Amino acid sequence: MKGHITCTVCPVGCKILVVSKPNGEYEISGNRCPRGKQYAIDELFSPKRILTTSVKVLHGDVPLVSVRTDAPIEKSRIFELMEKIKSISVEAPVNVGDVLVRNIDGMGTSLVATRKVEKNGSPLENCQISG
Amino acid sequence: MKITIIGGGIVGALLAYELSRYAVDLVVIEKKHDFGLGVTKANSAIVHGGYDDPPGSLRAELCYKGNQLYEKLAESLGIPLKRIGSFVVARDTPEEMEKLSELLKRGEKNGVDGIEIVEKPFLEKHEPHLSKEYKYALHCTHTGITEPWTVALAALEAAEKAGAELLRGDGVIGGEVSKGNVRSLELESGRIIETDLVINAAGLYYHEVANSFGVSTPQVYLRKGQYVLLDHKASTMVNSVIFPLPSEKGKGKLVVPTVDGGVVLGPTSENMPDFTPEDVSTTLEGIKEVIEAGNELIPNIARPNWIVKSFAGLRPETQEKDFFIENSNTLKNFVTVGAIRSPGLTAAPAIARYVIEEILEQRMSLDLGRQKADQVRTLKSFRVNESDLKEIAARVKDDEKYGRIICQCNQVSEAEIIEAIRKGARSIDGIKFRTRAGFGRCQGGFCTWKIAKILSRELNIPLSEVRVNEEGTVLFDGKVRV
Amino acid sequence: MIQQLKTGVLVIGGGAAGMAAALSASRAGVEVTLLEREEKTGGVLNQCIHHGFGLQFYRQELTGPEFAYRLQNEMAQHSVKIISESYVRHIDTKNKYVEVISPEGVFTIQAKAIVLATGARERPFGALQIPGDRPAGIYVAGLAQRMVNLENTLPGKRALILGSGDIGLIMARRLTLEGMEVLGVVERLPYAGGLTRNVVQCLEDYDIPLYLSHTVVEVRGRRRLERVLVSEVDDNFKPINGTQKWFDIDTLVLSAGLIPQVEDLGENLEIDAINKGFAVSNTCETSVTGIFAAGNNVAVFDLVDYVAAEGWIAGQNAAQTVQDKKRTSKRIPLIRGKNVGILVPSYITPEEHLRVYLRLRKPMDKGTVVLKELNIEKPFQYGVPSEMINFVVNRDKLQELKKPVRIEVVE
Repeated sequence: MKGHITCTVCPVGCKILVVSKPNGEYEISGNRCPRGKQYAIDELFSPKRILTTSVKVLHGDVPLVSVRTDAPIEKSRIFELMEKIKSISVEAPVNVGDVLVRNIDGMGTSLVATRKVEKNGSPLENCQISG
Repeated sequence: MKITIIGGGIVGALLAYELSRYAVDLVVIEKKHDFGLGVTKANSAIVHGGYDDPPGSLRAELCYKGNQLYEKLAESLGIPLKRIGSFVVARDTPEEMEKLSELLKRGEKNGVDGIEIVEKPFLEKHEPHLSKEYKYALHCTHTGITEPWTVALAALEAAEKAGAELLRGDGVIGGEVSKGNVRSLELESGRIIETDLVINAAGLYYHEVANSFGVSTPQVYLRKGQYVLLDHKASTMVNSVIFPLPSEKGKGKLVVPTVDGGVVLGPTSENMPDFTPEDVSTTLEGIKEVIEAGNELIPNIARPNWIVKSFAGLRPETQEKDFFIENSNTLKNFVTVGAIRSPGLTAAPAIARYVIEEILEQRMSLDLGRQKADQVRTLKSFRVNESDLKEIAARVKDDEKYGRIICQCNQVSEAEIIEAIRKGARSIDGIKFRTRAGFGRCQGGFCTWKIAKILSRELNIPLSEVRVNEEGTVLFDGKVRV
Repeated sequence: MIQQLKTGVLVIGGGAAGMAAALSASRAGVEVTLLEREEKTGGVLNQCIHHGFGLQFYRQELTGPEFAYRLQNEMAQHSVKIISESYVRHIDTKNKYVEVISPEGVFTIQAKAIVLATGARERPFGALQIPGDRPAGIYVAGLAQRMVNLENTLPGKRALILGSGDIGLIMARRLTLEGMEVLGVVERLPYAGGLTRNVVQCLEDYDIPLYLSHTVVEVRGRRRLERVLVSEVDDNFKPINGTQKWFDIDTLVLSAGLIPQVEDLGENLEIDAINKGFAVSNTCETSVTGIFAAGNNVAVFDLVDYVAAEGWIAGQNAAQTVQDKKRTSKRIPLIRGKNVGILVPSYITPEEHLRVYLRLRKPMDKGTVVLKELNIEKPFQYGVPSEMINFVVNRDKLQELKKPVRIEVVE
């Protein structure tokens, strides 16, 4: 068995060839850096992704704070975690790096703020949107 | 006397403006959500010279007069008017030269001054980018360009100041007639407007409106014109309005500088098989035709990077190919101002005078009361774009919103947008047509969300109710996080 | 009432390039003023909440807001003066004199050097000449991204993405995550316009179809968008009969390319005919001495890291101009040969290292970038136009340079 995987560790996007050998090991080629090897193995057995999205902010100068998981999470659980994220909100102010949810996936991954949100409004804010 | 004008396009608007000097009560009813968004919105925006219309027609009578009346309109309404002149260009062949001199003769018959046939050196000096194929041209110095919707909006603003009532987003669905008079009109909203006189200036819908009151008017059919708008950079290649020789189908596909510094190409001239007054869609062939025609007149003007957008407009046509301005034989107080096809924009100020003097006063012997000495003037809105740095600094000192530039392409400030809302803008397009915000080369890519937020804040409506134009044209569909 | 300001380096635009330029100029010890049109600096980084930035510039994978935050913090430490919500009304490039409108007031600024970092704008729907109706529900991707990521609004329920540029791919995933149905990404070229990693992580991960060699040929909807007609196209982008298919959608997101913002910034600045941006040398200087440009107004880059790196160089050289350090104005043309599309820089100034960024004209399994005059050959594998080929030539190799250098890609 063999297959091509496009490496997404960095923007180069190496086309990595994975060939399974009779002894159960894999021969990996096409990667231009060692990280690609690990990626190809992970991608085959348990694909993982960093999840980036937004969390609702209460009393902030903007309505949303952008967030990321501080480590890759299992790809198959992205929508499950999105549901969780949609249900929460945080109070302003928020700082870059603030942990908003600890251990969001039960595997020790945290949800971290990636931008700063101040309290209150700016001239163009405070527009309500019907739900 | 109470006069009701059906239709808030340029014809209805200028009629309201002229009538507001008399001792009459005025109501203007517009079916769309804003004024001037029908035929008025999408045309060539030219104040025509008047040499092209068939002598003896109402068009010929009113076009040149209208052209001359624009001077005073521009002054009292603060509307843009640039008399940039025009050239009808011809190749050096006997047929084309023949057509050109016919055009000159026609102009003379129509009583038009300021036209002459010019030769290549003159043409080259004035239009250095014109295709070398053209050797002669009919030059008309008083051809102008304007912004049709601005004319309509400014005229209505003045009429409103003088006491006219303006209704919009509400169409006429019927009315009560008794003893040969329309007594009242019924609107979509259920409102009843009592009236002594009805003026039907319903644009594409004049025939429908007249029909619904049993008034016969010439059958209307629709003609579509597709246009392409070019970036401001294209204006370095053309100084005047450039026409090919006119044909059966009309004035042909032109190259027209716009008052705000862009260039418009077109229109096509397509007879629509059905009465589809809302169908302003464009076609691949239409866009292509317009681009090719533009490049034929001015080589390489329609280069791909300069194409900002394409759009289309409809105009009401009839077999007679002339304006239809008549009081009804059947209803004593019903006047139709219909079939206002090209050159309707040019003629509109003269049409308003004609309706008042010829139809209402002469034929119908109505007493409109004494004319007020002066018409209400509208103050031209302050535009950052058209002001010098000192004036802007003074404005910003009083109101910082003049210093917050929302539309970067056309240099429109937050204060101008708020003023447009105060003057009646209720939508993204309403803002666009009043301030030119979103009309530039990014086409609102950068500023649409800002304008939407200002609308939401100033009108105190949720963002999900902010519309591009008519009902249902929303931009936002719920929240990411509730 | 018009305030008259003076500064050393004036940076116009506070995105990645402008922030990096302001920072490097400031670190070099000159007074820096940055004009930003929005309330806050950061540019498009603020709304690019996905990760994948910073691997080269910061040696760490960051999200857009994190990348911006670092530059913002460093600017604050180096006391860069920022005038926010400011609009540049006029530039006199020869005299380094600028007129500015802002809510704070109206300014004139006399600078000693200027860095133009005005970025790019998105190609609007109108420019695509797609026939049909003109309903609501058509957004350039950046607008949709701003609405979703910053304004807490959703554009609609069912979307199609036209154009497979990076921002289009990113938005396909973003809208899917937020509950919209994305029916596909339509690309008229036979290959994706964005990075491979984005095709994998944004489309394949979510089973969003990518329709290569397809385009939207008609738009329908009287009020809000109702449906679009998608057709396969041939090599000349002509629709192929019989391949048309209607997609019922209320949202069309356009990712149809970026256009460098070079307008109204001085008519006398040379524009590169292919890049459509300012023609700069490897010192980031434009055709006018003391006027520098960096980032997407030079050429549309693929990575923000390159944009920031170029901004950094522009800031350094602008600072040197202010400090009257001896600089040469020698500009030796770098000429495009075979298979070279977008290419930065347009000129070589031998005193500075030569950082080359180029886009191939077509995908190539393998090839070699050749600069014959400099005896340089750079082989590569799996080259695609969406991903820039980037390398540095040490300035030592440029010292004897007198004649134009040709750069070409051979198979």
